[in-house]
Amino acid sequence: MISRKVVLHFPSELVDQPIISNTVRRYNLEFNILKASIAPPEGGLLVLELLGGKKDVQEALDYLKELNIEMENLSRDITRKDDLCVHCGVCVAICPSDALVSNQATSEVEFVADKCVACELCVKACPYAAMEVRL
Amino acid sequence: MPKTIQEINEKIKAGKAVVVTAEEMTGIVKKKGVEKAYREVDVVTTGTFGPMCSSGMYLNIGHTKPRIKVGGGKCLLNGVPAYTGFAAVDIYLGATELPEDDPRNKIHPGAFRYGGGHVIEEFVAGKDIELEASAYGTDCYPRRELRSWLNIRDVNEAVLFNMRNAYQNYNVAVNLSNKAIFTYMGILKPRLGNANYCSAGVLSPLLNDPLYRTIGIGTRIFLGGGVGFVSWQGTQYNPSVPRTEREVPMRPAGTLCVMGDLKTMNSRYLRGVSMHGYGTSLGVGIGIPIPIIDEEMAFFTSVADEDILAPIVDYSVTYPQRAPDVLGEVSYKDLRSGKITIDNKEVPTGPISSFSKAREIAQLLKDWIEKGEFALTEPVERLPGKESGITFKAFQERPIER
Repeated sequence: MISRKVVLHFPSELVDQPIISNTVRRYNLEFNILKASIAPPEGGLLVLELLGGKKDVQEALDYLKELNIEMENLSRDITRKDDLCVHCGVCVAICPSDALVSNQATSEVEFVADKCVACELCVKACPYAAMEVRL
Repeated sequence: MPKTIQEINEKIKAGKAVVVTAEEMTGIVKKKGVEKAYREVDVVTTGTFGPMCSSGMYLNIGHTKPRIKVGGGKCLLNGVPAYTGFAAVDIYLGATELPEDDPRNKIHPGAFRYGGGHVIEEFVAGKDIELEASAYGTDCYPRRELRSWLNIRDVNEAVLFNMRNAYQNYNVAVNLSNKAIFTYMGILKPRLGNANYCSAGVLSPLLNDPLYRTIGIGTRIFLGGGVGFVSWQGTQYNPSVPRTEREVPMRPAGTLCVMGDLKTMNSRYLRGVSMHGYGTSLGVGIGIPIPIIDEEMAFFTSVADEDILAPIVDYSVTYPQRAPDVLGEVSYKDLRSGKITIDNKEVPTGPISSFSKAREIAQLLKDWIEKGEFALTEPVERLPGKESGITFKAFQERPIER
């Protein structure tokens, strides 16, 4: 079993098709929707975690690419501008996935990008505008 | 025999003073006891860094040719209004001021991306600021409009003047309601989703001198990366709150009014702040040296996070309605562990104050003193003590009926 978190950009002509349903059935996957927004004229955005066999997940991603869906790994989407962070830690209590953790020894905040689910709560909570969304 | 500040300064000058941070002092006293720590340590340095809204800068921008009387007129710095109600070219910009066209909370919660605090950060960093002023014109000051770039190196005086900083203890903010709220203590998730606090605890200046024995009017301090002074007690000064046996206040108590030459400061320690749904502010770094003049000061500076208790306050109803209820008290040791328990519920804690920056400031101030670059001061006058009778008055509303 592996897990991959991806950001999918759907072209508008695919918005009305049951693509995710087809994908999970065909490749025997489990999925967890982390974020979704569909606006038919512009297409859709879906942040998805896919769980399944390594080969199945890879083939599913290839299948989605063939359908003309743009894709990127989720971890790239929220970044921290380290020069702006003051390591206060106000983001730590608000982060739902333990992607922002306080190092007890140094009192500094560590950003573990792998654990980030791109909910963007930290972007709003950071008083110093150090957390940035890149989509 | 108590040490005098003059004796400590002579040791600093000779490079022989023993300087430790407030965090180190806690360990030293625990290990060696108060008496030995007093004999060994001369100075304890403190530090704090957090949003401090009652902060601002005043400038004298110099006289244009022909002259303009900005006083009583209008003045914008990067679009943010500055107060002009002084003489011709003196202006004051506060940290929470917003551009006139900022949507504020029209669509709640507003983002408050840019305000007075951000202008101050950029100005200190040496960036050019857009100045726009308009005046009504007089015989001696005929000019009515001014648009120009403004740089900190070109103004006469640039002074940071903060009427309330460095709170001695503060509330722990929680939300008992069913929806998220947006406060000056950060975003508070519903149903006790998080608990935000704002003090440097063991490193906090006034928690290491709880009875204001050495920090007073005229005390030289680290301010925003440069040198400043305590000029008065801060606003909302409230020394008469309940205290622990160690005299540590259990409620927000003393505050400091501070000022210093902005030209010596550094934007690393003066940062624009955006509190989502609330407004802008200025993140201020302050460090205050505490001379260990006697055993009592060695004892006071040995305060540990477990000795500092802060009140837990609901910010959904209690705080906005100014109700007196407190949900309980919690120690800084527990707050800094990352979670506390309220009503049998485990609640993650989030600091608004940066402990790592507080530590950096205390260390930097220690370096300055060890190198002989920073001398200690005797207060010109003591701040009012707990026996002063000063209390924090609520507004007495008297409806105007005509």
